[in-house]
Amino acid sequence: MAIKRKPKLAVWKFASCDGCQLSLLDCEDELLGVADRINIAYFLEASRDTVKGPYDISLVEGSITTQHDAEHIQKIRKSSKLLVAIGACATAGGIQALRNFKDVKDFISVVYASPKYIDTLDKSTPISSHVHVDFELQGCPINKRQLLEVLSAFLHGRKPNTPPHSVCIECKRRGTVCVMVAQGIPCLGPVTHAGCNAICPSYCRGCYGCYGPKETSNTGSLSSRFTRLGMNDENIVRSFRNFYATSEPFRKESEVHNHL
Amino acid sequence: MITPSIKVMDRVILERNHFQKLIDVLITRDYRVVGPTLGEGAIVYDELNSVDKLPIGWTDDQDGGTYRLKKRSDQALFGYVVGPHSWKKFLLPSALRLWQAKRHDNGFQIIPENEEIQKFAFIGVRSCDIHAVSTQDKIFMNGQHIDPHYQSRRKDAFILAVNCGKADGTCFCVSMNTGPKVTFGFDLAVTEILEDNNHYFVVEVGTELGAEILHEVTYREANGREKKLADGIIKNTARQMGRVMDTTNIKDLLYKNYEHPRWDDVAKRCLTCANCTMVCPTCFCTTVEDVTDLTGDHAERWRKLDSCFTMDFSYIHGGSIRASTKSRYRQWMTHKLAAWIDQFGMSGCVGCGRCITWCPVAIDITEEVRAIRENEMIDTSTISGKEKTNAIA
Ligand code: SF4
Ligand code: SF4
Ligand code: SF4
Repeated sequence: MAIKRKPKLAVWKFASCDGCQLSLLDCEDELLGVADRINIAYFLEASRDTVKGPYDISLVEGSITTQHDAEHIQKIRKSSKLLVAIGACATAGGIQALRNFKDVKDFISVVYASPKYIDTLDKSTPISSHVHVDFELQGCPINKRQLLEVLSAFLHGRKPNTPPHSVCIECKRRGTVCVMVAQGIPCLGPVTHAGCNAICPSYCRGCYGCYGPKETSNTGSLSSRFTRLGMNDENIVRSFRNFYATSEPFRKESEVHNHL
Repeated sequence: MITPSIKVMDRVILERNHFQKLIDVLITRDYRVVGPTLGEGAIVYDELNSVDKLPIGWTDDQDGGTYRLKKRSDQALFGYVVGPHSWKKFLLPSALRLWQAKRHDNGFQIIPENEEIQKFAFIGVRSCDIHAVSTQDKIFMNGQHIDPHYQSRRKDAFILAVNCGKADGTCFCVSMNTGPKVTFGFDLAVTEILEDNNHYFVVEVGTELGAEILHEVTYREANGREKKLADGIIKNTARQMGRVMDTTNIKDLLYKNYEHPRWDDVAKRCLTCANCTMVCPTCFCTTVEDVTDLTGDHAERWRKLDSCFTMDFSYIHGGSIRASTKSRYRQWMTHKLAAWIDQFGMSGCVGCGRCITWCPVAIDITEEVRAIRENEMIDTSTISGKEKTNAIA
């Protein structure tokens, strides 16, 4: 679907840290090109000027955590031709989805001076739990190169090149030596979605899994390796309960090792 | 002293302190000299302009899923085996732009890549890797379709081979008949000898170019004792193989056992991370990615190293053919050890052990073959040829 007239882009925010939207602002050099090709119709982080919908592409950041959000996302879906969820919050519920493992009321009573003002849902959920999502771009935060790739792809009617394979492939393509094999550092790369270009291993750190699960993620086998490397169950739970804690493979694996 | 004239198959002595001269001669002859060096906790392949960049006095200790650098008690230049990189890093780059395109009024114009490839000199190529390079030569240069990118990197490459002075925990070149002695495909092949106060190389001349280059470096004649010492070192290495693979009738064994329960077992362990294929010196699969910029006036086509362990690899209209991990691991191993024989007339495995060392969960190709062999399935020879082909596809 190649769009002829200047397509209208909207950027929306739900429960999130703004990091993914910032990736768009961070495209300093490319931003002029973006503005030249796309009518940035609604992007509060960049401009107070807004243009009414409908929109050709909506980028949605953040997870749904309130009743108000749940209603608002329906309206956004209705006014968007293409809806792209960006980041860990929008694609999996984000770090705030850690509440899903507990009773949120317990947190509210501890954290807030006047709990009665807090109106929140029990769970933090991804956009796809509420409306149809056309494309999900994973990452915490997303990679700006990939964001531009997704925008270019949709503008020109082609499939985005955001392969869902392991981080290991990126490691090997750049010639980075595996930190798990050569140094015994636990690494989530073999179960994590590529996209960051294996930054952490290239700085001698294990992958933290910020891009979420890759396709056919075998978390069970990797956990056994972590155990052999001397990691205890508590820390295995921690490594899977990060940015993508409630994504199916990571959630399940953390539950296997959680004895609380 | 008159330098004796040397010819192919001669064996002479190169002293350790003349090794730098060898590198210098190669650089003067306009080679891009690359070889083993220390990097990120392993011995990797990179630029080498000085002998001091070699991992002098270092060795490696390898087993399934682990690799550790260790100090040696001597100052050997080549006292280790193969690491995470292979020569395909240079011959088959992991990402290569094939061409660009620019839009104009009534169409687009292709801008070809004008690659200037400096000829390579590979220092320290092991016998298993010579077999691996020759395997890729056959695939990329000897068939009907020649790969120009591979060919331009390969055709003028100078190879300084090394006969291994030690084998490691994951080596099994003896089983695959690919080492440790270098037998072909080299310009010069050295065996490193360290005795008391002497440190030298017995050099075998493989080509006239090798003889010419050695002639520009200083060398002396080798005596019988030195030649014998070199032979002994290689024989000794052959006895140290960390792994063994029984390859008897391996093609039929795997073709007959494509429903063996062991494939389910390995599928539970395999992460489909693709490390094995990325480090394998013979794995050659690539994918092609087309990208456009935001303006849509500029496009590029890239070729990237790919792996049969991804879903996209077998994606055709409607989905992936090999959705299960079982089918992907089975495809890899059966191609390597069986279908490769039908396809190229040789095994796709040279016994370098990289896939065993660099598998994060220590899956071991020799162990998988053993498990299947030891507990072979009932004879399925009644299955027709056509069904067999479908099953391994
Ligand atoms: S360092 Fe991590 S991501 Fe890289 S190859 Fe090793 S396990 Fe995979
Ligand atoms: S299959 Fe494994 S042992 Fe055989 S050549 Fe490839 S990496 Fe080396
Ligand atoms: S065999 Fe090992 S290296 Fe290969 S894909 Fe499976 S887990 Fe990864």
